[in-house]
Amino acid sequence: MITRFLWQGMGPMLRVAVLFVLAIGIILPLLNQLMPASSAFHVPAWVLQLIGKYLCFASLALAVDLVWGFCGILTLGHAAFFALGGYCMGMYLMRQIGSRGQYGNPLLPDFMVFLNYKELPWFWHGFDQFWFAAIMIVLVPSVLALALGWFAFRSRVTGVYLSIITQAMTFALMLAFFRNDMGLGGNNGMTDFKDILGFSVQSDATRATLCFTSALALAIFLVISGAVVGSRFGKALTAVRDAESRMRFLGYRVEGYKLFVFVLSAAMAGVAGALYVPQVGIINPSEFSPGNSIEAVLWVAVGGRGTLIGPILGAFAVNFGKTYLTGALPEVWLFALGALFIAVTLFLPKGIVGLWSQIRNRGTARKARVPA
Amino acid sequence: MSMTEQRSTSALLYLSGVTVSFDGFKALNNLSLLVEPGEMRAIIGPNGAGKTTMMDVVTGKTRPDEGEVVFDGKADLTKLDEADIATLGIGRKFQKPTVFENHTVRDNLLLALAGLRSWYKLLLAAPTKAENTRLGEILSIIRMEAQQHMLAARLSHGQKQWLEIGMLLAQDPKLLLVDEPVAGMTDVETETTAQVLREINKTHSVVVVEHDMGFVRALGVKVTVLHEGSMLAEGTLDQVSADPRVVEVYLGR
Repeated sequence: MITRFLWQGMGPMLRVAVLFVLAIGIILPLLNQLMPASSAFHVPAWVLQLIGKYLCFASLALAVDLVWGFCGILTLGHAAFFALGGYCMGMYLMRQIGSRGQYGNPLLPDFMVFLNYKELPWFWHGFDQFWFAAIMIVLVPSVLALALGWFAFRSRVTGVYLSIITQAMTFALMLAFFRNDMGLGGNNGMTDFKDILGFSVQSDATRATLCFTSALALAIFLVISGAVVGSRFGKALTAVRDAESRMRFLGYRVEGYKLFVFVLSAAMAGVAGALYVPQVGIINPSEFSPGNSIEAVLWVAVGGRGTLIGPILGAFAVNFGKTYLTGALPEVWLFALGALFIAVTLFLPKGIVGLWSQIRNRGTARKARVPA
Repeated sequence: MSMTEQRSTSALLYLSGVTVSFDGFKALNNLSLLVEPGEMRAIIGPNGAGKTTMMDVVTGKTRPDEGEVVFDGKADLTKLDEADIATLGIGRKFQKPTVFENHTVRDNLLLALAGLRSWYKLLLAAPTKAENTRLGEILSIIRMEAQQHMLAARLSHGQKQWLEIGMLLAQDPKLLLVDEPVAGMTDVETETTAQVLREINKTHSVVVVEHDMGFVRALGVKVTVLHEGSMLAEGTLDQVSADPRVVEVYLGR
């Protein structure tokens, strides 16, 4: 039954996308590991780190698209779920440092020693176990999304009001995580990670594995999202997006549909954040900043809202531009981002993917006009 | 009380003493109305008479401040939401044809088809044989088999109207509420719509809210005149047209 569920969304386009993502995740790490550093085919570790980061962003973009593109909920706070997943991973990584920290405390992370903590706060228990952290990575963002969604959707908060609530949520979390007495590292966040599952986070082999895992996660999310939007549920979901009250009068309890995708999407964002943190080596409250969430929405808009492939293309394209421009012409980047936003709104309302499907639709429209 | 029970068992839709106020303005003022099973009823009245508010109350969009709304003699509609009420068998057709533009004709009908509504069941559900048969029947009734895989957005205005009728057939409500079905239509289209509604009325109860007196005459059914949120008169169109109060508030203008 699960196989059939997962298979039902697998159109040819999606199959190509999944295979492509997996190919990136397998070939690049292999070229890094198997080719000698002198070879022209050797992929340096920094490239793996960069691609791994982009893959995590692509997962976040897919999560945003699932709620915005397919259900019409414009979330301006999805980076919060990403950051929460990241913090859960960060807590695990902090506890792996053990007595190798600056202060050599076997139990307390450095920042706690520095802030005169006498014992480990209650919510840090369990994070020395990877399985516990893994559960929390999914659970914490999901529960927050469930609570927020439950109240918002049942009270029929929609449109710009919902966007403002999600934005306020991530802003509130940012302010909370900046506080030292939260016990989560304050404004410095968490860094100086040593090991993940016993392997050094700095080693090339770990970087290669993390890059592969990020690609695998994205591929799995693509399959799950494809199954969800390809099912009858997905048809109802896009109908809710297009005409919510009509669906209510047809007898659909719209809240359940919204809540399911919102929670699923938050869980996906959490996993993406958790894979992101060991690759960049730090998690701090700035990950909650409202700008991050807005940028994620922009990736989706650029790539193509309401398509599965669009957010991935968008996340890669915009972040590649960001990496290049912030290095080459740092003062230009924000202007380029603004200009991109205007250009997409004006000329590419359906993003990069929309261009392609516009051309294709013209073809099918011509065929459809021929009487059967 | 015994009166209420007696009446509510026989009537399909029972409204008694329904009052709705918005910021002190009484959109409905102690409105009472009975629709019998199998009946088609036309509801007329000038702008602001409370016609749309009445529909909103019956479909669960608006909660009345006071009064009883009972469907099929058992269900208290004031306690239920839109989804519950739709599942009970009350369908609503809006003035503007509202089809799901980004779905194919067939998917529009599938979404409307009576039956599965819960999100977790729809995740795994494939259309059953019975559902496919029913979809085929409806497609042939509305004569859109050839367009079944076309996106609804590509349909002409007239085709969208037909698709919406197909969706109502798919939903198969016991009671159908129709909001100003002929607004903006030509005379010929108006006549066709009257025919279609009479056809639907053979198997479903219908309440039509309408402005257009010619159309109401073409329907030839019992008429309820609303004015300032209350019932002003009830009877055949000729009877209510002869009522001087009706002439004053509505026809005389």
